[in-house]
Amino acid sequence: MNREELLNSLTQLDFMAVDLGLYLNTHPEDTEAIDAYNQVIVAADTVRTKYEDAFGPLCSFRSYATDTQNWQWKNNPWPWQSQFNYSLAGKECK
Amino acid sequence: MWIYEKKLEFPIKITTPDARLAKIMIEQYGGPDGELAASLRYLSQKFTMVTPEAKATLNDIATEEFAHVEMMGTIVAQLTRGLTKQQIIDSGLDAYYVNHGLGVYPSSAAGVPFSALALQSKGDPITDLYEDMAAEQKARSTYEYLIDLTDDPEVLAPLRFLREREIVHFQRFGEALDIARDYLKQEKVFDMGNTSNITWR
Repeated sequence: MNREELLNSLTQLDFMAVDLGLYLNTHPEDTEAIDAYNQVIVAADTVRTKYEDAFGPLCSFRSYATDTQNWQWKNNPWPWQSQFNYSLAGKECK
Repeated sequence: MWIYEKKLEFPIKITTPDARLAKIMIEQYGGPDGELAASLRYLSQKFTMVTPEAKATLNDIATEEFAHVEMMGTIVAQLTRGLTKQQIIDSGLDAYYVNHGLGVYPSSAAGVPFSALALQSKGDPITDLYEDMAAEQKARSTYEYLIDLTDDPEVLAPLRFLREREIVHFQRFGEALDIARDYLKQEKVFDMGNTSNITWR
């Protein structure tokens, strides 16, 4: 997978985790949702590691510095720059 | 505490700058029903919330709202990048420009600077959760008005995502309200944080 595909996959998985987490806060005994949450977390961690190995750290003070010669964290592009992103225009759920 | 993750919650890639859109999108950055007000409201209210479920709901929705502040700032920043002098003048963005340049400043679309007067933290869980549900609906309406005035699909995609989140958050706050209300009825009807020592209650 290229950078955009990895980022897209991770964005989707992390969003599922956010949304399931909010649901579980008010439905804490829904074991099916807890299982789904755990599966999403494992899948997201796998993708996050792949992304970080190839393109540098994603998390402030939680990610390894893969490049030990140069502090990669500061590198452009940052998420608010358009070059960082891909467009989902026209792909919204109807 | 918080960990920053170097990505947006939903991707934003706007290729055509548009001063008129930038001028209205700032509403959901620093306007009264915008994302900054939402995040500060829930963050402030969590300290006096009752029940584990409602505390978790406030904490985690506050956290997601900070990601939405970043998304709205991103929309404004990308819409203003590469604007010409004439585009700034013609769109009426010039009034903003003379104060902020193309910096992203928390204000409403009408230019009113962000104010904490747009939110409450009342120390009463029932009052606060009703406010939160109203806040989500006000933000949903605002996103619909922004969508009405937007033709660029690259701007519409994140706006539609954010509108959907208002609906989900409204649902979660409604559930938290039910849980908090049950708890207060069962155990201590009038124990609402710092007001519990007021004898006339």
